[in-house]
Amino acid sequence: MEFSYNWDWSVLLCTVEDVEIGCIAPYFYWIVEGFGWTIAVASAAWVIAFSWGSFIGILRTLEAPIWLVVPFLKPSMKYKSSVIETGNGAVMINIGWFLHGFATVYVTIFRNIPLLVQMFLWYFVLPEVVSKEAGMWLKREMPLPEYWTAVACLGLYTASRVGEAVRAGINSITQGQHYAAMAIGLTRVQVYRCVLLPVAYRIIIPPLTSDFLGIFKNSSLALTIGVLELTAMTRQIDEYSYQTFEAFTAATVLYILVTAIVMFAMRIVEGRVAIPGMISLGAK
Amino acid sequence: MEGSFDFAIILKSVPYLAEGMVLTFQLTFLGIAGGIFFGTLLALCRLSPFAPLSFVAGSYVNFFRSMPLILVIFWFYFLVPFIVGHPVGGFWSVTLAFIMFEAAYYCEIMRAGIQSVTLGQVYAGQALGLTYRQNMQYIVLPQAFRNMIPILLTQAIVLFQDTSLVYVVGLGDFLVHADIVANRDNRLMEMFTTVAIVYFIICLLGTFYIRRLQRKLANA
Repeated sequence: MEFSYNWDWSVLLCTVEDVEIGCIAPYFYWIVEGFGWTIAVASAAWVIAFSWGSFIGILRTLEAPIWLVVPFLKPSMKYKSSVIETGNGAVMINIGWFLHGFATVYVTIFRNIPLLVQMFLWYFVLPEVVSKEAGMWLKREMPLPEYWTAVACLGLYTASRVGEAVRAGINSITQGQHYAAMAIGLTRVQVYRCVLLPVAYRIIIPPLTSDFLGIFKNSSLALTIGVLELTAMTRQIDEYSYQTFEAFTAATVLYILVTAIVMFAMRIVEGRVAIPGMISLGAK
Repeated sequence: MEGSFDFAIILKSVPYLAEGMVLTFQLTFLGIAGGIFFGTLLALCRLSPFAPLSFVAGSYVNFFRSMPLILVIFWFYFLVPFIVGHPVGGFWSVTLAFIMFEAAYYCEIMRAGIQSVTLGQVYAGQALGLTYRQNMQYIVLPQAFRNMIPILLTQAIVLFQDTSLVYVVGLGDFLVHADIVANRDNRLMEMFTTVAIVYFIICLLGTFYIRRLQRKLANA
């Protein structure tokens, strides 16, 4: 067993002025730049994942019918159970099952296709399926096409995970709270906004933290469609300098550092927002 | 890429895709087997009353859990030949990467599994005069495994999806083979859609099986 590798950390630190000694670029800045893109991809994707995922999660917890009022429509007897005539020329259609089903199908699809394949679907397949103009826009005319594709893909993928967390959080609240809220006359929106969600989000801080860290780590997949984020930059440094492990080590340290900081911060947040008297695991 | 969806290209490349799928399954099974084995050992270390041992195991788990899998694959892909001293081929480097990476996740699952076995069982084993090893081997671990089967299998599906990441080092798995055909014949839409559907069906069947298993275990 031999391990003959010449560690040369100066490779990361040398600047453009050091060209004469065999250094063609300030690799340190490449790492900083790549790290910047990683953060940019992860945070933008998290905005999508959190908002869209919350919506999906809430839809999956809806049980009672949701009535959509449609004016000027003649109800057919076939759908009697989900259609009510209001008597003044409009009908109410129960779309609850549809919304619930949509959310379930969404989660099933996005959780059962590998993220990398999803990335390729968004980047290579979608522009071919839509109209020619739209395809051109997706591929070329849109600003930063690779970046936004990666953000959309990661966001929509992680939304399915956030959705499951939100659903679990809402379902873990005792039914009594729900009934109590309805008993004091709150509308369904108010029940969610004022009673269920504030508690649910506090409960699911740990899984949400791990979903966020998941986005942060998975942003490295963006390198496959050409986003020069942290992992891609380390590969590039390796190709230019042949000093493979210095760049890998630097990236590893950055990933671990961010993970540690996020976990530490979220633990503090969890403790801060905990409702006194409610049992909250992990918050000490 | 003009024209409509071309099914012929998919049918023509079925043998080549199947070849890739074999590698995908090889990686998955080696990853599961190695991951569960080392994960269980790590879990035992983590629960060990000997503080340095549990600290090392805990650090290992935290280390791998805060790294992106792609970076881990890159690390092993370049590092393993260096340590061994001669080229070992991408397959074994990547397999090792998956085993080491998955071990961290399986460790957490097995730890929960071991903790789910009631203490009375451990005491009963001790009262019978079993050694630590015998107690673990015959009493605790079999029950821990049984309790955790659904979660172990869920993680296996995650791993099955994650094996597609060998794309970054160009190992010929299902996705890479599809990618090769797609780029050769300029049929990206057909190939990637097929890949997505195949992965989806396999994972969905796995999910259904796990759900059935869970119901069966809950009723037992």
